[in-house]
Amino acid sequence: MRFERRESGSAALTILAPLGAIGVALIVAGVLITIAGANAFEAYRLILKGAFGSRLGITETFTRATPLILTGLAAAVAFRARLWNIGGEGQFYLGALAVTAFGLFPGLSGAPAPVAILACLVVGAMAGSALLLVPVALKIRFGVDEVVTTLLLNFVAILFVSMMIEGPLKDPLAFGWPQSVPVPDAALLPQLVERSRLHAGLLVALALAVVVWWVQARTVFGMRARATGLNARAAAFAGVPLGRTLTLVACLSGGLAGLAGAVEVMGIKGYVTTDLSPNYGYSGIVIAMLANLNPIGVIGAALFSAVMFVGADSMSRALGIPSYIADVTVALSLLTMLVAVFLTQYRVRR
Amino acid sequence: MNVILDILSSVGMWEAVLRIATPFILGTLGVLLCERVGVLNLGIEGIMTFGAMIGWLTVYSGADLWTGLAAAALCGAMFGLLHAALTVPLGLSQHVTGLGITLFASSFSYYVFRLAVPTATSPPTIEPFRPFAVPGLSDIPFLGPVLFNQTAPTYLAFGLVAVLAWMLYRTPLGLAIRMTGENPHAVDAQGIDPIWLRIGTIMAGSALMGVAGAFLTLVAFNSFFPTMVQGRGWICIALVVFALWRPGRALVGALLFAFFDAFQLRLQTVVDGVPYQLFLMLPYILSIVALIVMARKARVPQSLMQPYRRGER
Repeated sequence: MRFERRESGSAALTILAPLGAIGVALIVAGVLITIAGANAFEAYRLILKGAFGSRLGITETFTRATPLILTGLAAAVAFRARLWNIGGEGQFYLGALAVTAFGLFPGLSGAPAPVAILACLVVGAMAGSALLLVPVALKIRFGVDEVVTTLLLNFVAILFVSMMIEGPLKDPLAFGWPQSVPVPDAALLPQLVERSRLHAGLLVALALAVVVWWVQARTVFGMRARATGLNARAAAFAGVPLGRTLTLVACLSGGLAGLAGAVEVMGIKGYVTTDLSPNYGYSGIVIAMLANLNPIGVIGAALFSAVMFVGADSMSRALGIPSYIADVTVALSLLTMLVAVFLTQYRVRR
Repeated sequence: MNVILDILSSVGMWEAVLRIATPFILGTLGVLLCERVGVLNLGIEGIMTFGAMIGWLTVYSGADLWTGLAAAALCGAMFGLLHAALTVPLGLSQHVTGLGITLFASSFSYYVFRLAVPTATSPPTIEPFRPFAVPGLSDIPFLGPVLFNQTAPTYLAFGLVAVLAWMLYRTPLGLAIRMTGENPHAVDAQGIDPIWLRIGTIMAGSALMGVAGAFLTLVAFNSFFPTMVQGRGWICIALVVFALWRPGRALVGALLFAFFDAFQLRLQTVVDGVPYQLFLMLPYILSIVALIVMARKARVPQSLMQPYRRGER
């Protein structure tokens, strides 16, 4: 058995790949549910019902998808340029923390809401970028592999957040719980649907998906970033400034992850704790790969993950299957997606 | 100043260094094997988590401690097989596959753990490995209790460093492994199949990662809880670069690292006014510093992250 490169990719295969990958992941997870003693079909019916069966379910699903779209975009833009930003989790937390710190700035509480919101979003994005610029500078300057440094900085960032919310940014009114000072009211994102947690952050995320698509497909920077990812040496020979391109990609990628944290804290929680993110940063990597690094595809992949996470919570309450099955399914779909993409590029010959 | 001297002269401190170093030694050797054969294995963090869980679960269900270690090694090898199947014959991205293995293995361990103990609020405990005093040698003042009053897995880890160093540099198998990491075409020309050699070596390396995880539940702590691996796997990846891909230096790196860790733990209790989080950050920052220092010196195995396909250059 050997593998032979396909002459040309087919559009149908490109669309079928993620669906097939998710299908196989759901089958394997179904086996795990069956082993645990429940009916897999019933479990999946309950997951869908939990995610879409009620007004609350639907709004929760989109609420959950919001940060996932942003962290998915963060991973997608970085991976497209072959910058392995695995630090989305840390950038998410720093983005969220920066917003609450910026909220202490006295001028902000008097500012009109649109100004305050915009300023806070920018601050959150800048904090995320700043954290990613450290490993990228080390990569450019010393040739240090960014995978390990971004991973390690996640732990440093979360410890830093913990230090801040037990120290200078601690909320004195929180009865001793380690949580940050609240975001000022002027900077809270407006609700989209009454009596739900769905907030305007969703619109920000959707708009940014389109913006990122446009930047990648239609600008010189986007072309340079893609060229860097395809073949950095060839790109350098063709005159692409590698260092500057990677730095800009890092600003964009870290900024999107920081924005995810900012939006989450301004839209839902209102303050930072160290359990603000149920692995949004790491899930972003899966989402980017499921979308085949396509910014518009990220929206669909983020929705899939959100359905699994929200649905699994209510399924778990009814059937007693641990809700970790959602994490298992999403992680499995990353592995099956890699194989699916491989099969769109190669055919198997005897 | 006296406080620091007190810490440095205490038997407990140095005894802890060896204990803390053990999972790092095992994990670093595992990563080292995989990378020496030309494959990056970012699955380590998840494989360690699964090893920690399955080792604990095996003992919790009534088996003895050694069976727990064996179960962790076996499961580690299975995850290694999955990683190898995707990265070696298919040649998929080693970065993304490894991360996928980590995400899958860790969420799968939490799933199995929750199935085994659905409701417990505090994690159920087991009876961990006890220190084994080597007769005679453990009576030497200072060095005796430090070196010869450790648990069996710690002795095992130190022994493995020597065994692996001998295997890599003194046996035909070791030569084939190192050669595959440099130039798989040359290995193929010698009549050895680099594909199978890679798969086998990755499985062996991943088994060590599983044991490294099991050390956490069967020696260091006596129960399993999610996120207990805390980036130890990623630190092992950094330690391999620090070790310049040599087992002896891996031991030195792990010990050095464990020294700082044991030292900061003790310093935390005596220094006032410094947030404890700063101390906890230290291991991660040190790993990054080690990477920076070694980046220039590092002689990476030449075929690391290059998939091998026969007949392709």
